[in-house]
Amino acid sequence: MTRPPRSLSLAAIALVGLLTSVNLSAYTLEEFTFEDEAKRDSFRDLIGKLRCLVCQNESLASSQAGVAEDLRKEVYRMIQEGQTDEEIISFLVDRYGDFVLYEPPIKPSTYILWFGPFLFLGLAGFLLFRALGRKKTEPEQELTEAERARLQRLLAASGNNQDTSE
Amino acid sequence: MNKATARALTPLVVFAALAALLFYGLRLDPRKVPSPLVDKPAPAFELPSLEDPGRVVTNAILLGRVSLVNVWASWCPSCRQEHAELMDIARSNDVQVIGFNWKDTRPEALQMLKRYGNPYVVSAYDPDNRYGLHWGVYGAPETFVIDGEGIIRYKHIGPVDRAVWETKILPIVEKYRPQTS
Repeated sequence: MTRPPRSLSLAAIALVGLLTSVNLSAYTLEEFTFEDEAKRDSFRDLIGKLRCLVCQNESLASSQAGVAEDLRKEVYRMIQEGQTDEEIISFLVDRYGDFVLYEPPIKPSTYILWFGPFLFLGLAGFLLFRALGRKKTEPEQELTEAERARLQRLLAASGNNQDTSE
Repeated sequence: MNKATARALTPLVVFAALAALLFYGLRLDPRKVPSPLVDKPAPAFELPSLEDPGRVVTNAILLGRVSLVNVWASWCPSCRQEHAELMDIARSNDVQVIGFNWKDTRPEALQMLKRYGNPYVVSAYDPDNRYGLHWGVYGAPETFVIDGEGIIRYKHIGPVDRAVWETKILPIVEKYRPQTS
């Protein structure tokens, strides 16, 4: 494969950069004005953590779907009313389910999700150590009487051979 | 089967199980988000009727018989797709079909009912998604099955067709239909 000319790559990167920046600013959060810095931070934080159910790979902050717009307004209204982050999140979870959260809560139905990887890692480690350990400690095979006698014969024979060859 | 064969087959079995799990996952539709509202009382609402702005529609309409609450809009192609089926359901079944006109405009919504028929006993008109949000609506069409006590028993996301009606919705309707003694 031939490398594309450097200028072309740069142009492509610039284009992608331009498109993403346009995309991010296609709607602005400026319609949401706050007198209180803390409330604004909390708003930005919340809409970044909440998922748009229509376009599921976007947060409420980045989605242009109508429903996301409605939910942004609702979150804004609730923050202005002085509701806490927890209250707002539980309001949305009660209606839309855990799916509105990017980070699933830790509860019995998600234990496998949160702890599964560690479980598998532990299991893999256990199996590995067991396999390694067994190789070392595996007892040597016991010989039967007949085999022992044959071994003696062979050893004696080879001893003789060595004697004669010397 | 001796021990060595069993050990040799283990990776194959593990792989097959994993493949089956992932294959099953592929067939799930991520757009269908289960509603936490199932088996909970339908959220309260108070909206004007689409046809008659002076009339107010509330939860009271849900009591006493099994209802389908169908979230629809004139801008939604899948709603048009399911419209004939809803007409048929409303005509030939003992279930009241209630419309929840969502993020729509009155003239366009009325136009659609005029052109394709009106399967709804009444349509609640929610142009600003005021109560849709409380119902966890995130798209149209969505159809809720609500029992005679106003409890949501099932939610179907996407258009209702004959198969969905017969296999998913009708059994729930039958199950919760108030017993006539």
